[in-house]
Order: sequence, then structure tokens, then C-alpha cells
Amino acid sequence: MPNMRADKNPMPEQCPNVRNKNFLEVTTGYTEEMAIDEAQRCLNCKNKPCMQGCPVSVKIPEFIAFIAEGEFEKAYQKIKETNALPAVCGRVCPQEKQCESKCVRGIKHESVGIGRLERFVADWHMKNVEEKIEKPKPNGKKVAVVGSGPSGLTVAGDLAKRGYAVTVYEAFHTAGGVLMYGIPEFRLPKDIVQKEISNLKAMGVDIQTNVIIGKTIMVDELFDDMGYDAVYIGSGAGLPSFMGLEGESLNGVYSANEFLTRINLMKGYKFPEYDTPVYVGKNVAVLGGGNVAMDAARSAKRLGADNVYIVYRRGKEELPARAEEVHHAEEEGIVFKLLQNPTKFIGNDDGWVTGMEVIKMELGEPDASGRRRPVPIEGSEETLDIDTVVVAIGQTPNPLIRKTTKGLDTNKRGCIIADEETGKTSKEHVYAGGDVVTGAATVILAMGAGKAAAEAIDRELNG
Amino acid sequence: MAYKVVKKQVLNPQIFLMEVEAPLIARKAEPGQFIILRIDEYGERVPFTIADFDREEGTVTIIVQIVGKTTRDLAQVEAGDELQDFAGPLGMPTPLEGKKKVAVIGGGLGTAIAYPQAKKLHKLGADVTVITGFRNKELVILEDELKKVSSKLIVATDDGSNGTQGFVTDMLQKEIEAGEKFDEVIAIGPLVMMKFVCKLTEKYDIPTTVSMNPVMIDGTGMCGGCRVIVDGETKFACVDGPDFDGHKIDWDSAMKRGRMFKEYEEKSCEDGHCRIGRTNTAD
Repeated sequence: MPNMRADKNPMPEQCPNVRNKNFLEVTTGYTEEMAIDEAQRCLNCKNKPCMQGCPVSVKIPEFIAFIAEGEFEKAYQKIKETNALPAVCGRVCPQEKQCESKCVRGIKHESVGIGRLERFVADWHMKNVEEKIEKPKPNGKKVAVVGSGPSGLTVAGDLAKRGYAVTVYEAFHTAGGVLMYGIPEFRLPKDIVQKEISNLKAMGVDIQTNVIIGKTIMVDELFDDMGYDAVYIGSGAGLPSFMGLEGESLNGVYSANEFLTRINLMKGYKFPEYDTPVYVGKNVAVLGGGNVAMDAARSAKRLGADNVYIVYRRGKEELPARAEEVHHAEEEGIVFKLLQNPTKFIGNDDGWVTGMEVIKMELGEPDASGRRRPVPIEGSEETLDIDTVVVAIGQTPNPLIRKTTKGLDTNKRGCIIADEETGKTSKEHVYAGGDVVTGAATVILAMGAGKAAAEAIDRELNG
Repeated sequence: MAYKVVKKQVLNPQIFLMEVEAPLIARKAEPGQFIILRIDEYGERVPFTIADFDREEGTVTIIVQIVGKTTRDLAQVEAGDELQDFAGPLGMPTPLEGKKKVAVIGGGLGTAIAYPQAKKLHKLGADVTVITGFRNKELVILEDELKKVSSKLIVATDDGSNGTQGFVTDMLQKEIEAGEKFDEVIAIGPLVMMKFVCKLTEKYDIPTTVSMNPVMIDGTGMCGGCRVIVDGETKFACVDGPDFDGHKIDWDSAMKRGRMFKEYEEKSCEDGHCRIGRTNTAD
């Protein structure tokens, strides 16, 4: 008989007023007992609706059944069949919009904690099982992967398993892409990311850091001079958008990319042990309502800001961030200024930001995205005292590759045009996926695209 | 992966040259471009303009002035040692083709960056006048090298200790007033120097290119820290530059942005951990 308790096993986590002063992981994960108890809440539905909500079709009821039996390693292997990075996905997927949104238990009560179970299994495996990685027999074909974020790593892993010689080119000094520079330690410990990357290396994947494709090496050179049979572009959406407002170049105004890269990749939160500084004032405004905005706001709080505001032009229902991140941010004392939009930044004579003018908004008719369009309320402007601003309103793909690669079609937003099923681009033997195709989206969608492209590359080269 | 320092040479008490093994970068480098390096796991990512490159030897030369924590640490790195990270070439090359008569101006360390520009212009057959400025004669660098690639070299010192007293702007004005007709002026040096060169050339209506060197992290357009306001528009120095039309730069904003991390730099220099005994692994 399944466990018919109405709500999920709660996730153990650090107390909000303790964790908002440290960078340790917020949630500490289920114990074995909690995991088994939670797994028993699964009804093991015949038609598996949860799986339809998963971009990489993890065999959810099957892995949960193994957990219920205490067969944690078998559960792990079941997830690994379709998902290369379970420890990452269990932590950062928006489960409430994916698998858990389809869970039958969720119709009347709370869904099964699928994300929490996935994370439990991945962590259990990392702690208890010595990874035995075998190098597959080489098939004589070479593939270059551009970018070492979630989609690039997925392609690299899937092709390496099939015997391809895979080289991953990364522009930064550390592999991992957004998992390293964007998502903070307190939400995704960097050791987990590096463990996944070292597993890929053990499988024979060659990772070349400090190589900027489009500058150090051109895409055409990968084919002509270096003899790759196919190239996968997973270079992400790294170009920060600004609002174009007066005062945006004042000191103290950051893009979220700069702010988070200083903290995460460069370990600015450990300054001066690490050389990279990150300035955080007393009153911080973070503009935007996505996961990046939540990460920036919660990081600012941890670095000692007294007041941290999320300024978002729509309402709470429309916040694009993962529900858990919004909840955690509120608990940690982040103040949500909803239905407000900045109109200009105010600075002092030294060029530092000292204030921000905002205007109140109301929701009008739905726009192209289906969300209700925010409309400013004339005359409702007010000024907030602010000494730090983090602009987290979105990112678009970096133009370096599209500007230097002939025959690679992109759309008007600068995204590479690629076939949805295969990742095939307009250029022969070149595939693309993840944020460089979709614009900034999620880790799991990028992985799904990588998976599909790996299949298609294999079909083309070995079909 | 590590990048070996094959040569180090002290040019003056504050400035040294470093030649680094980086064959992929040497293959592509052009004047005006830059690299980003990180000394070790604890280091900052700091941009340096490419001062020279040797495609055959596979080396890239940078010239460094000791101004803060990273440059001070870099001064401790000797030939035979390795740098942990060295990435590039970044930024757009300076367009140098088709110029007939150019004044290349270098202020202090900017002279090091002006050198590859003068060298390439000279190679392309342009008539190159080089004007460099230093505080005193002890600080003069690259005099012999610049002599070889210019038809006229003027080295000025603020205190006149080398016999030619004045600022680079004074020297440039003298040349212009003496009837020299420059198609273009390329000015590289401290922001305040570039600003005043631009003010001068604006008066004479001479197109002027300047090289901006703001704080940045990735150098590929990702962080947006290197924002420069050009003609009222926000540009990223790393991908849109580092060269810009000097008559269109918002100098006031650029100078203020240059001071954003000043206090941290001082703190880092005071109590930044000593590199001796550090291991090259993350904790």
C-alpha cells in the first residue's frame, strides 16, 4: 500500500537566519528513512504522467520504486540511463513546472518530492559508490564541443560513451559554464559539478579551458585544420541585457553576470583570500524575477547587505523563478517589490549610484508570452535609497561565434537556428543546443537539447 | 594546462616585459588585441594588451606596470615559471590599413601598447611619428624599438630630465602647428592623457583612436563590467573595442568607473595573502 500522507517529506535545511550569512548549501538533503518514506507516496501510475513532464524522460516511477525497496544504487543507475547530471538536476530543475506538476498525488495534495528523491539518490551514490569508469573503445571519429555548460557536458558524455574522441572547448579557466559562474555555491555546491566533470574526463573527454571559439580558434578551423567530424555549439546565453536607463553606467550598477561571476567563479565571497573583490553596499536592488535574480539577491544578503530588494514589474504569480527559490529568498529576508519598474538611476558627484526611481505598474491584457502585460501607473514614481544595483533582466547569446562563422543562421534575437529534434544548424556538420538556441532557459532543457543532438550526431557519423 | 614564461625583462623600476608561451594566441594575435591572465587559483582575471607576438616561436609578449595586487604578484613571476591561465586574443584588432601619415602617442605604460601599432603601421608603409611621454628619463621605455619603426620619435618628460620637457599634447600641438598633416592620431595611455589628446585633435579635426582598458572579468562580452559610453551608447570595451573614436568617448564617466574597486585594490595589497606557500589548487 502506498503511503497516503498528504504532504511531502519536508526538506531538511539550514535555518534562514543562519544560512543568510554563509555560502553553505541551503538544503541538506533527505536521510535514507525520509527518502524511503517519500518514495512510498508514489502511486506507480501505469501511464507515468510525471515522465511526460521531464525534458530528458527520466524513468521516474521506476527509480522511485527502487528507492522504496532501499535499492539506492539501482535507482541511481535507472536515472543515469537518461540523465547525465542527476545531482545537478535534483537541485536546480523547476520540478513544480515539470515532473511534479503532472504527479497524480499533486491533484488533491502535494506531489511526490521527485526532485528531492533524485537528489538523494545522486548524493547517496556519490558518497557510497566508487565510480568505475571504463573508457569506451574508440570509433575513430572526432567531435568538438563548444562550451562546457549543461548542454555541452551532456553531448560530450553521450558521445564519449559511444566511442567518439570528444574535445570540449571552454572560454573560462574552469569548465562547467553557468553551473560554475552563475549558480551560487549555496544552491549547487561546486564540488558536485567538478565531480561530474572529472567523471567525463575519466571517460576520455578532453577539456580545453582558456580557448575562446570565435577568437582563439574559429569554427571552420575545427573542421579544416583540426579534422573534427562534427561540432556542437553549446555556448549558452552569456551576453547580459541592460535596461538602457539613465545612470546605468554608474559605479555600483552590475550586470547579474558580473556580480555572480565575481562571487561564484572568482570566489569573491572569500576576498581577500581570493584576489577578486565584489562590492556590496547596504541597500541592494536586484532587477528581475528569475532564478538569476534570486541568486543575486540571496548572495547580496550573504555578503552583508542590510536591505535587499527584488524589483519586478509583474506580480508574485508571474515570477519566473523556481518556487523553492522564491520561498527561500523570502525566508532569508529578501524584500519583494512587485509591480514596480525602475525608470532611472541617480548618482553622486563621484559617479556612484545613490538611488533608483521606480514607477508602480498594474497588469493589463495578456501579451505575446501569455502573461499579463505590466503597464506603468502615471505619476506613481518614487525614489528608493540604493547603493548597489544588480541588473538581472536576462541574457542573450554571445555574438563571437555567429560573427565569425559563415553559413550559420541566427534569428533576430541572435540565437542560432537549430532543428528542434536534432539540433542541426544551417551549417554542415554543425549542431547547436541549449541557451544559444533558445535564449536563456533552464539547465534541464539545455541537457535535453544536448541529448537529442548527440543522437543526431551519432546517426550522421555512424548511421 | 599552464603557460610558461620564457623571458622576463625589467624595463624600468615599475615596468617589466614578459614573454609567455601561448602558441594558439600567437597564431591569431593582432595589434590592439589583449589577453586575460590569472596567475594562480587565487588570482584575479586581469587584461593586458598584447605588446608583441612571435607566430613562429608561439609566444606572446605583455608589458606590465606595477600598479596593484596582481601586477605586484606578477613581478615575482620569473622566466621558467608558469602562469595558470592565459586566454585570448580578445577584442578587435586596430584597423591600420590604408593610413598614410599617423601620429602614434604613448603615455607611460601606454607606450608599450602603442609599440605594436607603430610597428605594424611602419610595416604597412605609413609615415609614423611616435610621441611618448614619461614623468622623468629613468622611466623611458622602448626608445630603441620605437626608433626602428618610426620616421620621427619624440620622447618627452614631465620634468625635462631627458632634455625635452612637456606633455605629449604639447609635442603633438607643435608638430601640427609646424605643418605636419596627420590622417589619424592613435593615443594610448592614462585616461586623462587620452582625453586631452582628443580635445586637441578635435580642434584640428584629426580622427583619433584611443585604447580603453577598463576593469573586466571574462573579456568576451559576458560580464558587462567594461562598459564605456561612446556617442551616448553603452559599448563593451572587450568585444566592441578596446579601440574607440576618442572624440565620442564620455571621459568623465570612464574616469569615474575606473575608480570603482580602488578601495578593494588597496585592501588587497595591504592584507592580501602572500603568494609564497600557496598551492596551485582550489580549496
